[in-house]
Amino acid sequence: MRIKVNGVWAQLEVRTVADVLMHYGMERKRVVVEANGIIVDSELWETTPVADGTVLEIVHFVGGG
Amino acid sequence: MKPYTIGGHTLNSRLFLGTGRFPNPQVLKQAIAAAEAEVLTFAVRRVQLDAVGEDTVLQHVDTGRAIFLPNTSGARTADEAVRIAKLAKAAGVGNWIKVEISVADETLLPDPLETLRATERLAKEGFVVLPYTSDDPVLCKHLEEAGAAAVMPGGSPIGTGLGILNPYNLERIVERANVPVIVDAGIGTPSDAVQAMELGAAAVLVNTAIAKARDPVAMARAFKLAVEAGREAYESGRIPKKKYASASSGYESLISRVTRQVSDETI
Repeated sequence: MRIKVNGVWAQLEVRTVADVLMHYGMERKRVVVEANGIIVDSELWETTPVADGTVLEIVHFVGGG
Repeated sequence: MKPYTIGGHTLNSRLFLGTGRFPNPQVLKQAIAAAEAEVLTFAVRRVQLDAVGEDTVLQHVDTGRAIFLPNTSGARTADEAVRIAKLAKAAGVGNWIKVEISVADETLLPDPLETLRATERLAKEGFVVLPYTSDDPVLCKHLEEAGAAAVMPGGSPIGTGLGILNPYNLERIVERANVPVIVDAGIGTPSDAVQAMELGAAAVLVNTAIAKARDPVAMARAFKLAVEAGREAYESGRIPKKKYASASSGYESLISRVTRQVSDETI
């Protein structure tokens, strides 16, 4: 299916938010996920489904003032 | 120095440290220690999908001790700032947020109307809101009334190192504020921090002046000493400025006069 991750469309065979993080090697990273504009609690990554056309934002803290 | 309180946290350090632009994470870690900073600022950004393996800044910070102050940099509207604030809170490191809403031009000056809107909304949602604002006493009062836990007027535009461009305004902000005033942005060197503290700021936030110094760790310590000196001076009460000189020892018992009196008596 096609999903948009951080502004880029990707063709991925995934079922859940956790699958997406696994695909990018981020499953153990301290990140925050927003799916279609709604924040997904990390405890719900395993059970939150990702459908064709889902827009994901995966963010983290970087240095800043 | 007296401790002070923001959002229910008692703070002793009066130096907030920004974590951007350091040469590497190790230097950042040492600078945090040298600054003895309790509050650290961060930005929220997309993970670079092609560089996931890179260290995240949090790996190098003692997350148990520091208070995290994520900013909403990159936001141009209150809506965008609220969204970033919620993402930051979801990271699970507290509910402080530095509202920073700038139109991305060469000054990065904060948008006063959007900053006020975002402050009001986020305060209502239970965030501890510290808005980065222009150095306008009236606006700072409005931000306080909107629920800001502290106000953060800029000394001069971000990253310029121009220091406190309008000490008069800063002094008026401090006089009228019932929340801590933290001078944010534009601090170039420790004497700027001393000046901000002498004018009554509760703290200063420094990033570039430390991160881009030739020796960031030593500069972090210099800033720590500067904020302490400035605060102690403020608490001690400086002398008023006068137009003409006044001798530090008085003229009542000058040696030359005493000598003359003695010789008169002798004659």
